[in-house]
Amino acid sequence: MSDSARVMPEHPPVTDWVHDFDHTDPRWTENPYPIWNELRAAAPVVHTERFLGCYMPTTYEAVREIAHDTQHFSSRRVIVRDVRPEVTNPAPPITSDPPEHKPAKQLLLPPFTPDAMKKLEPRVRAICNELIDTFIADGKCDAAARYTKHIPVRAIAHMLGIPEKDGDLFIKWIHEILELGIKDDDTLMRAVHEMTAYFAGHIEHRKTHRTDDLISTLMHARDKNGQPLSDAHVLGSLRLLLIAGIDTTWSAIGSSLWHLARTPADRERLVREPELMPTAVEELLRAYSPVTMAREVMKETTISGCPMKPGNMVLLSFPAANRDPAMFSDADKVVLDRKENRHAAFGLGIHRCVGSNLARMEMTVALEEWLKRIPDFRLDPAGKVTWSEGTVRGPRQLPMLFGKLA
Amino acid sequence: MAKKLKIHVDQDKCQGHARCKSLAPELFELDEYGNAHEVGDGSVPEGLEDKAWLAQTNCPEIAIEVTEE
Repeated sequence: MSDSARVMPEHPPVTDWVHDFDHTDPRWTENPYPIWNELRAAAPVVHTERFLGCYMPTTYEAVREIAHDTQHFSSRRVIVRDVRPEVTNPAPPITSDPPEHKPAKQLLLPPFTPDAMKKLEPRVRAICNELIDTFIADGKCDAAARYTKHIPVRAIAHMLGIPEKDGDLFIKWIHEILELGIKDDDTLMRAVHEMTAYFAGHIEHRKTHRTDDLISTLMHARDKNGQPLSDAHVLGSLRLLLIAGIDTTWSAIGSSLWHLARTPADRERLVREPELMPTAVEELLRAYSPVTMAREVMKETTISGCPMKPGNMVLLSFPAANRDPAMFSDADKVVLDRKENRHAAFGLGIHRCVGSNLARMEMTVALEEWLKRIPDFRLDPAGKVTWSEGTVRGPRQLPMLFGKLA
Repeated sequence: MAKKLKIHVDQDKCQGHARCKSLAPELFELDEYGNAHEVGDGSVPEGLEDKAWLAQTNCPEIAIEVTEE
């Protein structure tokens, strides 16, 4: 926490959420749901002068309108930060707008279809069990540090064809980019450069040794004119896959286990009725969506009756949209067999998360394997649950005790 | 007797969330990009009506039309 202490003076505590919201405020990090309800009750779009000017749509409808409106809203900046340096190091397709977006995205889609994920599933199941083996005999663990954190890192490393043991390096870069980077540009740029150099080495190696992995697939892909992708494009996409594929799913699995640890009825029901898992996973994704994205207003427009002016960023909170009671009945309640659930956890419109099928598979497998081996667990009252700040929300410390209460 | 249902995925709206494929695998198929299409002419076999409605009410892009014949 020393990092946030260093920069805190630049962010005075919020006293008026509706006109001065700040998604890096410790209260938002701890429990954002009442804050979102307050903002939604005030207006469908709210504004803050922080972050050099930023709007936040608070309703599902306003979030959907903005996500679908690529005319007025650009994706060239996808994180709301204190600074707005020149756009460099793009990560297509997440930072692409039409018409560049579609060809860049189509290159990445085939490796992430549900069928492709089925091939990866046995490896993920094995990863989960290898991790559980390391702590189950202790009768307790920090589930974030020992379990949820490592599953997506190892899975994406496996797909990319890079060593699973480099995972700690990836976790460090992601923390520097997605959390510290909101307020500290030097740290962010250093992490981006380190990551770029790392992948550049793997690309060079594959120029003489073709491998059967996602890096080689991208290097040998052809764009719509039949030309190979530039190294810069491949590097951008690799950065994206690593940044987007790790702490997002880490967070989703962690929030799900956190919910099950403190909600015995849901936990027991999932153990008893494992066939509920597909709808349960979607409901947990809705209730505890980890990912908040951003857009930049390029042209003046009106969303849900609220004028939005160029020069401002937009905090595009899919998690807040997913708690909108106008869209979801009992929005603040987890209903494992919810029948109508058009949740936006993976975004809406053309930027739908390219890794959604991977995330869904990892979540399903991680919960299934945990529940098989540790059907009874609860939060450890001697420990403290902590949450990540900023763009991706999930537990970073999740102390658990196993077994039934004596 | 239950009415015959027919489904159709609007290709301009589908973004490949694949929620329909996971909820009603008998009724939808995915192309190489993961976008969904109705199986065959979209006729829903008897007994799968609930799955058709479930897919429809879980599509985040509102891309699935269900019609009663």
